[in-house]
Amino acid sequence: MSTPAAIMAAQNADDVDRQARFPSEFLAEAKRAKLLGAYVPTRFGGLGGSISDLSAMCAEFGESCAASGMIMAMHQIQVACLVHHGLGAPEICSYVAEIAERQLLIGSVTSEVGIGGDLRSSLCALEPAPMGYALVKDAPTISYGAQADDLLVTARRAPDAAAADQVAVVMRNGTYALEQTSSWDTVGMRGTCSPGFRMVAQVDSGYILPIPFADVASQTMVPVSHILWASTWLGIATAAVKRAHTFVREQARKNPGTVPPAASHLAEVWSELQTMRHSVRQTAAEYETSRCSPGGLQHLSTLAFSVRVNNLKLTASRQVVDIVNGCMMICGLAGYKNDSRFGLGRQLRDAYSAPLMVANDRIVAANASMLLVLKEEL
Amino acid sequence: MTDQIRSILNDHGRLSVPVGELTLASNLYRAGLTSHASVNIMLALEAEFDVEFPDRMLRRSVFESIEAISEAIQELRAAD
Repeated sequence: MSTPAAIMAAQNADDVDRQARFPSEFLAEAKRAKLLGAYVPTRFGGLGGSISDLSAMCAEFGESCAASGMIMAMHQIQVACLVHHGLGAPEICSYVAEIAERQLLIGSVTSEVGIGGDLRSSLCALEPAPMGYALVKDAPTISYGAQADDLLVTARRAPDAAAADQVAVVMRNGTYALEQTSSWDTVGMRGTCSPGFRMVAQVDSGYILPIPFADVASQTMVPVSHILWASTWLGIATAAVKRAHTFVREQARKNPGTVPPAASHLAEVWSELQTMRHSVRQTAAEYETSRCSPGGLQHLSTLAFSVRVNNLKLTASRQVVDIVNGCMMICGLAGYKNDSRFGLGRQLRDAYSAPLMVANDRIVAANASMLLVLKEEL
Repeated sequence: MTDQIRSILNDHGRLSVPVGELTLASNLYRAGLTSHASVNIMLALEAEFDVEFPDRMLRRSVFESIEAISEAIQELRAAD
C-alpha cells in the first residue's frame, strides 16, 4: 500500500521532471505525515525512526519520483548528523525539536568552487566577527537551496586552519543570503533543483556542531548518504522492474504456452534487483547495529567500515543503471516512448546521476588507498 | 621512538606546520594531516617498526598525535 506522500510524488513526477521544478506537493504531504522529523528521537518530538526505516522510506519515494526520494534522503542525512553529533550543544538540541515541530527542510552545503567534490576539504573559513563568525561560501551546487528552510554548511574551523580541519554549522533562515550563480537544467534528477549559489552568512557560535566535521563525516554523513542514496536508487530500479514485469506478463497472456523471449531478461534484472535490495538493507542494518552498540562509533570510524560503505555506493550506483537499462531492453519501443505506460526515460535519466553523484572514480581511488593498510578477513 | 615517528611525519605527513613545532600531544589533523596522507603514515610506521595495525586500530583517533601513535605501537609490540 502506498502512503499519501508516495502517491503525491508519483502523481507529480512527470511534471516535476519536465519542468525541473521542486516537488512541492510531495513535500507538503510528507510534512503532513511529520516525515521531516522521521529520524528525530521521540523525546524531541519526532517519529524516532531507524536508519532502516529511512532507507525503506527513501526507496518508496524513489520508486514514485526519484527527485522526491533524493530530496527526502538528503534532508534525513542532515538530520542524522545533528541527532548523532549535535546534541551536546543546547541550541542544536532545541533546533532538532524544532525540525520535528515545524517540519523544517534542511539543505546541505558541502561542495565548494575550487575544491570540487572533496567533502573533507574546505577553502572557506569561519572568520571571527562582532556577532559570532562571518562565512562566505561559493557552492557549485546546493540541492533545493532556494526551497530549504535552513542549511548545514561545512567550513574550515578558523582562517588559519588546514583544509581538512573543518566544522559543520547550522545556518538558520534569515542569517544567510543566497545568490544563484548557475542553472540546473540536467539530464535527470531535475526536481532536486540544485544550482550553484554564493552564500553569505552570519554564524551563531551556538550552532556549530561540537565535534570536528571529520568525525561527523566518517561516522554519519558519508555512511548515511551512501545508504539513503542507494535506497533511493533501489526505488528507481524497483519502478523499472515492475514496469518490465507487467510488460512481460501481458506478452505472455497473449500467447499462453510459450515463454516470451524477454522473460529471460526479466529473470536477470529480477535477480540483480534482489542482490541490490539485500546489500542496501544489510548495510543499513549493520550501520544501525554498530551505532547502537557500546563502542559502536569506534567501529563506524574504522577504514574497514568505510570501505564497505563505499562499496555499497559503487555497486548500487552501477546496478541501478544496469537494471533500468535492462528493463528498457525488455520493454523495447514501449519503454522508449515518453507517453507510454511502460515509458522508462525518466528512470533511465535519473539513474545516470548515481555513478556521478560523488564520482565513482573518486570512491574507487579512496578504497584503493585504504586497502593498502587494511587487513580485513574476507 | 618519537624521533622516528617525527621523521615519518616529516617525510609523509604533508603537514602545514613544521614537525619540530609539534608537541607530543599536538593534534595532527589540526596540523593538516589528511585521510590520504594518514594512509601513507600508517604504511611507513608498519615498515619502520615492523608491526601491523589491525583493522580495529585503523581509525582516526589512533593517529591523532605523536603520543597516540607511540602508544599504539607500544601496544602492538607488547602483544608480540
